[in-house]
Amino acid sequence: MATVEVEFTPLPAHVRTARLVATAVARRSGVAEALLDEVRLAVGEACSRAVEAHRRHCPAEPVKIELTDLGERFEVVVTDSAPPDAETDQGGFAPVAAVSATNGGNRGPGGSHEAPFQPVPAETRDAAFPAAFGLAVITGLADDVQVSSTDSGLSVRMSWPAAPAGR
Amino acid sequence: MELKLGHHTKDGIEVVDVEGEIDVYTAPRLRELLIDLVNKNNYNLVVNMERVEFLDSTGLGVLVGGLKRVRAYDGSLDLVCTQERILKIFRITGLTKVFGIHDTVDEAIAARKSEK
Repeated sequence: MATVEVEFTPLPAHVRTARLVATAVARRSGVAEALLDEVRLAVGEACSRAVEAHRRHCPAEPVKIELTDLGERFEVVVTDSAPPDAETDQGGFAPVAAVSATNGGNRGPGGSHEAPFQPVPAETRDAAFPAAFGLAVITGLADDVQVSSTDSGLSVRMSWPAAPAGR
Repeated sequence: MELKLGHHTKDGIEVVDVEGEIDVYTAPRLRELLIDLVNKNNYNLVVNMERVEFLDSTGLGVLVGGLKRVRAYDGSLDLVCTQERILKIFRITGLTKVFGIHDTVDEAIAARKSEK
């Protein structure tokens, strides 16, 4: 198991850097080329959400990313340090809900507070609630997603299949 | 690549050309341009995304915001996009039902004219 950890100041410009690093590590871990766009977009969404939460509540704290080669899976964990109730003023995302889902639906145990993710209806979406929008996109993109509240903030864990034999 | 923006008028419709990456860092520039065009009485817009390399939910939010603004004046905002990597995010979010998405700028303009 090999892990790359990245911490960055919560600035929008750094989200692109995070995407590039995640894509590079995913490729190195054996994620299929066809899935790299999904990794790039999902990691970007998770980092954008974390950056916005930090800029509102703790701009001095860095956003953390862990990129782990698990052999047959490539896992990304984006962790923020914004207070759990911070999500309420971003709108659309229940503050204590944890999300555990696959592309096929709920996935089983993933945290102490589980609830199926209910995307906001498309007709009502606008720039006022990017947090829920981003999480909806992540849920649609990643092969496996778990969103859970931690003591310090929110953790978005995503993973994709990797092919160790191809390395 | 970051974001390059341009716009021109074609057959009475304002065409916005977007090139590069639309994300949390660059999307505010696109938002400002769309607001500026609406403030200058351009209510029928076509956003050409053929040269967009990356689009995230922040960018989608900007496009939805632009659509809301032009609809307030009975206008329209259509998209031009054939790239599967970009179309996928519209499908995931259900926004293919909200936007008119066309293969070419000419097709988008023709479709808009035929609805009038």
